[in-house]
Amino acid sequence: MSKIVELKSVFAGYNNEIILNDVSFEIFDDDFIGIIGPNGGGKTTLLNVILGLIKPVKGSIEFFGDSDANKNNKIGYLPQINQIDKKFPISVCDVVLSGLIYSSGIFYKHPKEDRIKVRETLERLGICELCDKPIGELSGGQMQKVLLARAIVSSPRLLILDEPNTFVDNKFEGELYEILVQLNKEMAIIIVSHDIGTISAYVKTIACVNRGLHYHKSNKISEQQLASYNCPIKLITHGEVPHTVLKTHNHSF
Amino acid sequence: MINELLQYNFIINSFLAAVFASISCGIIGTYIVTRRMVFLSGGITHASFGGIGIGYFFGFNPVFSAAAFAVLSALGVEFLSKRTDVREDSVIGILWSFGMAVGIIFIFITPGYVPNLMTYLFGSILTVSELDVWLMLGLVLVLIFFFTFFYRLILFVAYDQNFARTHKITVDLFNYVLISLVALTIVLNIKVVGIILVISLLTIPQSTANLFSKNFRNIILLSIVIGLVGVFTGLLFSYKINIPSGAAIIFSLVIFFVLAKVFQAIGRRSILRTKTKKTFV
Ligand SMILES: Nc1ncnc2c1ncn2[C@@H]1O[C@H](COP(=O)(O)OP(=O)(O)OP(=O)(O)O)[C@@H](O)[C@H]1O
Ligand SMILES: [Mg+2]
Repeated sequence: MSKIVELKSVFAGYNNEIILNDVSFEIFDDDFIGIIGPNGGGKTTLLNVILGLIKPVKGSIEFFGDSDANKNNKIGYLPQINQIDKKFPISVCDVVLSGLIYSSGIFYKHPKEDRIKVRETLERLGICELCDKPIGELSGGQMQKVLLARAIVSSPRLLILDEPNTFVDNKFEGELYEILVQLNKEMAIIIVSHDIGTISAYVKTIACVNRGLHYHKSNKISEQQLASYNCPIKLITHGEVPHTVLKTHNHSF
Repeated sequence: MINELLQYNFIINSFLAAVFASISCGIIGTYIVTRRMVFLSGGITHASFGGIGIGYFFGFNPVFSAAAFAVLSALGVEFLSKRTDVREDSVIGILWSFGMAVGIIFIFITPGYVPNLMTYLFGSILTVSELDVWLMLGLVLVLIFFFTFFYRLILFVAYDQNFARTHKITVDLFNYVLISLVALTIVLNIKVVGIILVISLLTIPQSTANLFSKNFRNIILLSIVIGLVGVFTGLLFSYKINIPSGAAIIFSLVIFFVLAKVFQAIGRRSILRTKTKKTFV
């Protein structure tokens, strides 16, 4: 278990508005962290800080391991799907290939191995047949899988997913989590979701983001705790508190 | 004899201008359309009129001042659009009208008759000078080089900027370079179809091409071909029935778009029909 990223009392936000207050957060290489919180709570903002898309106003963020810090493939990222232009004329293969842009050579030409990696990743997610399709012809679930493929094609150490389960049906959601559990053997995962009932059945730990961060180093969480975190998330989506869901799954944590 | 030669020369110039316009607009237009920057491009186009006015007033070639005006306003909008507290479309609207206002003022205070003003507003391919042709050739070469060698990067940054940023690509620099190329393309093509109409050369061929292809590279190539056909059909019309060349070009481009749309609809229907036939058999 080694540390990948550490945030030390980070303050961050947009323009003059601070969204994240005093966030300290450590991520280890076998983590599987579910991030919950209300709309506008700052979940995406936190991910943007970790991804380096937003510079903290105060505090520090540090990456560990890997001496070649510039290799750029340490973090795989699946953006919230509403940030993606579905009409853009690009094929599935090219989208996934963009996850390997750090390895392309002069003038961004890709070596043959990259295309093989793309194939393998698509195969792993069971969407090989989509390779040459333009993204405009994909369903929501297929699109999510393609974005996941782009995120993992570089074998990152940390995989960051922002609400990968919006616009997808229950079947896909189950499939997705099974894939993530497998991937977690190779990389750390942070996943944002509004559906705490389902994610708590798969993740190892839960963090709640609401203008600050409450990191709960367990995947069991009660209404009272959420209330004390000032994190108004309803647990009723799946009836009971997730403990019951937990019993039906037995991952070796 | 000299007269004949001159005539020969200006025909060659307009021919080359038509070819270069189709190529440069085919390439940059695809970028504009896929990045949804059509409104921004309209703003840059009209802002450049300010530069034209300044050029007239101070008595130098308006192309250069228009280029400076266009590039600066493009960079300005790009810079402001990174700030989330600024409405990009409002900024474009302001720039659009401000550029026109500057142009009108300077042309008004320019003493005497302003030659060729209509050329800039409505385009007149026959007045394209040799210098214009050389500038357009330079632009076309730069565009071909840039879009060939940075193709992947352009595609990836255009598709998902944030993702590119997480891969430590200098997205901002890249966007500045591309928006400058957009501005230069617009300005150098103004003589061909005019300020009012140049946006159509950047969007109609692409929209037609997009009916047949969902691949960035193919849309570029197809747009160039469609542009060429449209421009030359337009010029032919303009010559035959004596109407302004810019308007004739746009008119034929739209006709081709409509034909393509109809063609596609018929194609779809016949595919559907064969499919249903098969299921019945
Ligand atoms: N680009 C931006 N510019 C300015 N403010 C922003 C920007 N993005 C987000 N915000 C503000 O920051 C706050 C946190 O937003 P963020 O996107 O992090 O929330 P979130 O927890 O991801 O919400 P959701 O569940 O809706 O995705 C919100 O109040 C939002 O208005
Ligand atoms: Mg979000």
